[in-house]
Amino acid sequence: MAHLLEVKDLEVKFALRFGDLTAIDGVSFTLDKREKLGLVGESGAGKSVTGFAIINLLSKPGYISGGKILFEEEEITRLSQEELRDLRGNRISMIFQDPMMTLNPVLTIGTQMVETLMAHQNISQTDAMAVAVEKLRKVYIPSPEKRLSQYPHEFSGGMRQRIVIAIAMLANPSLIIADEPSTALDVTIQAGIMDLLIELCETENMGLILITHDLAVVSQVTEKIAVMYAGKIIEIGPTEIIINKPKHPYTQGLLKSIPGGFQSGTRLNQIPGMMPTLTDIPPGCAFHPRCGVSTAVCEMETPLLVSTGERDQMIACHMLGKV
Amino acid sequence: MPSANGLLDIRNLVKHFDISGGLLDQFRFENGKLVRRRTTVKAVNNVTFNVKPGETFSVVGESGCGKSTLARTILRLYPPNAGEIYYRGKRIDKLTQEKMLPYRAKMQMIFQDPYASLNPRMTVQKTLEEPVYFHNKSISSTEVKERVATVMELVGVDPKWAGRYPHEFSGGQRQRISIARALTVDPEFIVADEPVSALDVSIQAQILNLLMDAQQERGLTYMFITHDLGVVKHISSRVAVMYLGMVCELAPAAELFQTPMHPYTQALLSAIPVIGKLKPKHIQLRGEVPTPINLPSGCVFHGRCLYAKEECREHVPPLREVNTDHFAACFLL
Amino acid sequence: MKTWERFRKSYLLYSFKRDPIAVVSSVVLALLVGVSLLAPVVAPYNTYDTSTFDIMDAETPPSWMEGGNTDFILGTDIQGRCLLSTMIFGLRVSLLIGCGAVLLQAFIGILFGLFSGYLGGKLDSFLMRITDIQFSIPYLIVAIFTSAIFKLAFGVGRYEDLAIPLLIIIIGVAHWPIYARTVRASVLGEKNKEYVEAARVIGLSRWPIMYRHILPNTMTSVLVISTIQVAEAVMSEAALSFLGLGMPITKPSLGSLIRSGFEYIFSGSWWITFFPGVLLVVFILVILLLGDWLRDVLNPKLYKG
Repeated sequence: MAHLLEVKDLEVKFALRFGDLTAIDGVSFTLDKREKLGLVGESGAGKSVTGFAIINLLSKPGYISGGKILFEEEEITRLSQEELRDLRGNRISMIFQDPMMTLNPVLTIGTQMVETLMAHQNISQTDAMAVAVEKLRKVYIPSPEKRLSQYPHEFSGGMRQRIVIAIAMLANPSLIIADEPSTALDVTIQAGIMDLLIELCETENMGLILITHDLAVVSQVTEKIAVMYAGKIIEIGPTEIIINKPKHPYTQGLLKSIPGGFQSGTRLNQIPGMMPTLTDIPPGCAFHPRCGVSTAVCEMETPLLVSTGERDQMIACHMLGKV
Repeated sequence: MPSANGLLDIRNLVKHFDISGGLLDQFRFENGKLVRRRTTVKAVNNVTFNVKPGETFSVVGESGCGKSTLARTILRLYPPNAGEIYYRGKRIDKLTQEKMLPYRAKMQMIFQDPYASLNPRMTVQKTLEEPVYFHNKSISSTEVKERVATVMELVGVDPKWAGRYPHEFSGGQRQRISIARALTVDPEFIVADEPVSALDVSIQAQILNLLMDAQQERGLTYMFITHDLGVVKHISSRVAVMYLGMVCELAPAAELFQTPMHPYTQALLSAIPVIGKLKPKHIQLRGEVPTPINLPSGCVFHGRCLYAKEECREHVPPLREVNTDHFAACFLL
Repeated sequence: MKTWERFRKSYLLYSFKRDPIAVVSSVVLALLVGVSLLAPVVAPYNTYDTSTFDIMDAETPPSWMEGGNTDFILGTDIQGRCLLSTMIFGLRVSLLIGCGAVLLQAFIGILFGLFSGYLGGKLDSFLMRITDIQFSIPYLIVAIFTSAIFKLAFGVGRYEDLAIPLLIIIIGVAHWPIYARTVRASVLGEKNKEYVEAARVIGLSRWPIMYRHILPNTMTSVLVISTIQVAEAVMSEAALSFLGLGMPITKPSLGSLIRSGFEYIFSGSWWITFFPGVLLVVFILVILLLGDWLRDVLNPKLYKG
């Protein structure tokens, strides 16, 4: 069965003044239609970079240095700028954390949506406005016809994010990449946005990659989770398994250090140290200096993703089965 | 009268901000007449509670609820418009700057943004020395250096790095330095405004543990401002839920999470995603969060409440005790 | 040594070495400044000493042209002074006035901006209105007025002695508003940052906060506009001298030289205006180019650590 998106050994480097740094080191995963994947990790892990790399939105000095990305069975890694423009916004859309990154404060919502449509398709203005109204309705913006002539500042944060989602859906994309879409929103609004995304994936037959550091949100929304650390995926598998039976020491530690979650004693479990920056990645397993169960081999050899025996779960750890 | 066992007591605290602008901005045409309109942000409206010594009192709410303004008003970064603040039974809201000085050493604050809370042009050494020198005019420089080194070790930053500048540290380390700065003057009461919101989960755990350890070692009292209910659940003794400048509910932590009584608290708790549990359908609130500029009449929550009655629209519900030590401001209870 | 180490590894130095314009500009600038500061030593003749020149040598063309001689490489001006020497001394005067005026501007402007921005309220409105008024007065009118009155009151001789300080004051007072505005904007931005709130929570009063916390953090913006301001001060002085309101002919700056040679262009002695003109343009250009580079390097949005 063909996957909607297939990422194989993706490598992204940054050309800096003291040499090229590897930001993403061999990341692989697949995504099917209607499937929702959570790409989780702390800041610096490389999840946003992965998201940007998929549609080649990397700004200098970042560049894709290796691997393949297949979208609807087409290789998209080495497309020209022209072909990429056709891909972005049309078949793959991206949603960012801050709605004001997408919305132009000096243009009305209607103008922005109509412009986007007319840039991608041969469509008249009246038809474009009809499509815009329809999409606004789908994201539950009340009285969408009137709203078209309003400016972004006239909407609240939650509404703006909904408008951004509507814009992302204008050309009926098959894949949406959402980079921390609800982090800047209040909890009650966040819940609404997440519900909306889940619903749209179902009704519009789309795939979703949710990039976030919030494990709780990801556990409610996605079917598959990939946990990233220092540019690599160190655990990947179905959501219930990753959340309830994590096998990688990092994932385990992370889940235990979330307050209000599993732990209700006085002290939270803490993982000592910090995630290494791109310039100080240790040899072997990048996590070994902070790992409570690491041994000599962890320092020498980089572990590869192997199956844990549980359905579809894979981790990159030498200590699998030995702990 | 302030209660006998309160470390900090606030009564009917009000803080409004006048954002009318200049004289000319205030005039506008309404119904063909020139009218003068003042715009006020009513951030904190009539808040009353006390904080007991040794406890961790959390104030939760979403953005715009006034919790940050409340924190700053209590520390007199903003002068209150009305109400009283008592510290150990003594009234402090109207003291002159000079009389306020001894209280400044007792009440400290930790901020949210680790990047903006340290002066980028001062070394860590100077940042940590400043409060010590200020509150101890005749202290020797060796003693100051010792204090700085001690407090840096306490928060887990190597004292050898004291000569560095803030931008050379990570977010988590900077937050530790901010905590160190608050601890150098040996305070009793610390207000923490979203101290871990800007940090990664694993660093969050480290900082929270650090704060709790410091509390145990030094007998500190905390007032924690946050929107993260998970954190609140973990560390608080008592919790106050705020909405548009008013306290809707105030209860011991465990009780608040088990039996929330105010409709807003119930909606809030149902919306937080909890790991490991399949989410029950969360309570959908009607409408959007109104701004603190045009406060709704009566109960500030009535416009979005699923159970609002006529009374809710006309009168402001008082904060009443609905259970032992459990207060809520709602006519339905 | 730590500061030097940090500088060597810094982004500033790295960016500098990679930008050919910045390198060339700074070399040229260093050369010009060095030569002008060492004027009494470097220049072939001391043009302030009237005994070293003779009116009979006036309007000698540059040495490579017909009629010129090797005593005067670039020729002589209308009073018989060696043009090259006069230019070097003139550059020194321009530099002195430029830097002096900017220091005065910065001093007044920073004070205004700091108090206005931090203390706010009615003081802010008041100080900013003064700034606006100062901004609106054309400095040329002030200059004409001031130098005319001065000459009238104290005589031309006295004027010549005090020309440099007088020009520094005129240009300094004319252009401080830009410092005031820039610093005020910077202060308004810093005022609400949490480290300032932390200082207030500690109990510090306004003055230590303004001086120790806010002021150092506004220095980047001050530095950025200072280079343009030096260039502008030099240009203002040149313009004033060109109009006869600036440096007298006995102690000429580049502007006065350009002026003195202006009447003689059509009679053939073009070099008296030409060479000082070229020097002035080059001088201002390198300052502006360096300023441009500095502004880009210090821009926090482009800063890549």
